[in-house]
Amino acid sequence: MEKNLIPIETLCTHYEIEFSFINSLYQTGLIELTFIEEMHFIEEEHVADLEKMIRLHSELNINIEGIDVVFNLLEKEKQLKDQIIDLKKKLKLYENE
Amino acid sequence: MAFIDYYKVLGVPKNATAKEIKSAYRKLARKYHPDVNPDNKDAEIKFKEINEANEVLSDPENRKKYDKYGKDWKHGEEFEKAQKQRQSQYQSQSRKGGYSGAEYSDFFESMFGGRKSSTRSGHYPKFKGQDYHAELNLDLKDVYKTHKQVLTVNDSKIRLTIPAGVEDEQVIKIKGKGGEGLNGGPSGDLYIKFNIVNRTKFKRHGSTLYSNVNLNLYTAILGGEVMVDTFEGKVKLKIKPETQNETKVRLKGKGFPVYKSEGKFGDLIITYHIKNPTNLSEKEKELFRELQKIR
Repeated sequence: MEKNLIPIETLCTHYEIEFSFINSLYQTGLIELTFIEEMHFIEEEHVADLEKMIRLHSELNINIEGIDVVFNLLEKEKQLKDQIIDLKKKLKLYENE
Repeated sequence: MAFIDYYKVLGVPKNATAKEIKSAYRKLARKYHPDVNPDNKDAEIKFKEINEANEVLSDPENRKKYDKYGKDWKHGEEFEKAQKQRQSQYQSQSRKGGYSGAEYSDFFESMFGGRKSSTRSGHYPKFKGQDYHAELNLDLKDVYKTHKQVLTVNDSKIRLTIPAGVEDEQVIKIKGKGGEGLNGGPSGDLYIKFNIVNRTKFKRHGSTLYSNVNLNLYTAILGGEVMVDTFEGKVKLKIKPETQNETKVRLKGKGFPVYKSEGKFGDLIITYHIKNPTNLSEKEKELFRELQKIR
């Protein structure tokens, strides 16, 4: 499947952030980058997550490690919410029988 | 329009220092920021309140005005003058960002005339606009087939294709249909949550449908045929002799459409409930007693 790649340079200009911040996120494993001819790219579908990381950093002063923790907890919360929805649906099958 | 106690919102005393206000704001912002509270409307409202309180109390000029006229904002003559001045001053600046005017209380709008964009736009990067969340109520029958629907969200019409088999509480994202970007950033997205009401006799779990069918005692014991409702009409089913109560039968492909898999359907699971005869005649009772003796 073809994926849209966005140059990191463009994002840095657009969001007015330093490349070093993006690189730190990459080094921590929070984002994945693609390298083509010495240029860095990010897949378009991951830009929303990157934006969230930028907001957490600039608006809440959360450092890279903190962002990692927040993302892990949010992922766990999402899994639990999905599980609750599924359990509620199963429960409905037994209600008013 | 009610007076808002911004000190109370941030949980600081009236004589709090700028440092204390900043610290209280940061603490609350970390707790209620929308990015750490996804799909939490209460947190979103709280975040707007603390942002508003911070915009007023962290700006010495605004704080001074608020302290002086806050409670009497309706009557203060000087406040009226100041408000007029502010309105002309901010008219060209306000609402350039991704936050809509609705994010500020009427009290704030009246007193400060909209958001002072200079507090953000000067040094803040471009951000994606606010994501909008909407809910769409549908009947289970509506989502049995793929159909198109036109929605009006924030005065703009959106043509939406609702795929067959969409789930209750499922959320779909429509890119770029949210609020305007902040400082020239891209528009936010629109999230639509489906609330599917089931008024049918079937229970649904994913693409599997469940229903109960009553069998009379004689058909259950001797076997026979019954007409059974499926989502698309009736089908004839053969009942095996000596069918037990609560026996389940799976009708392949008679369930609900599988989401985004055209032409693919789940199964319908039928549970037989055997109904014993009532109001037996003397003759019937006699025959049952005879049967009992044979056993």
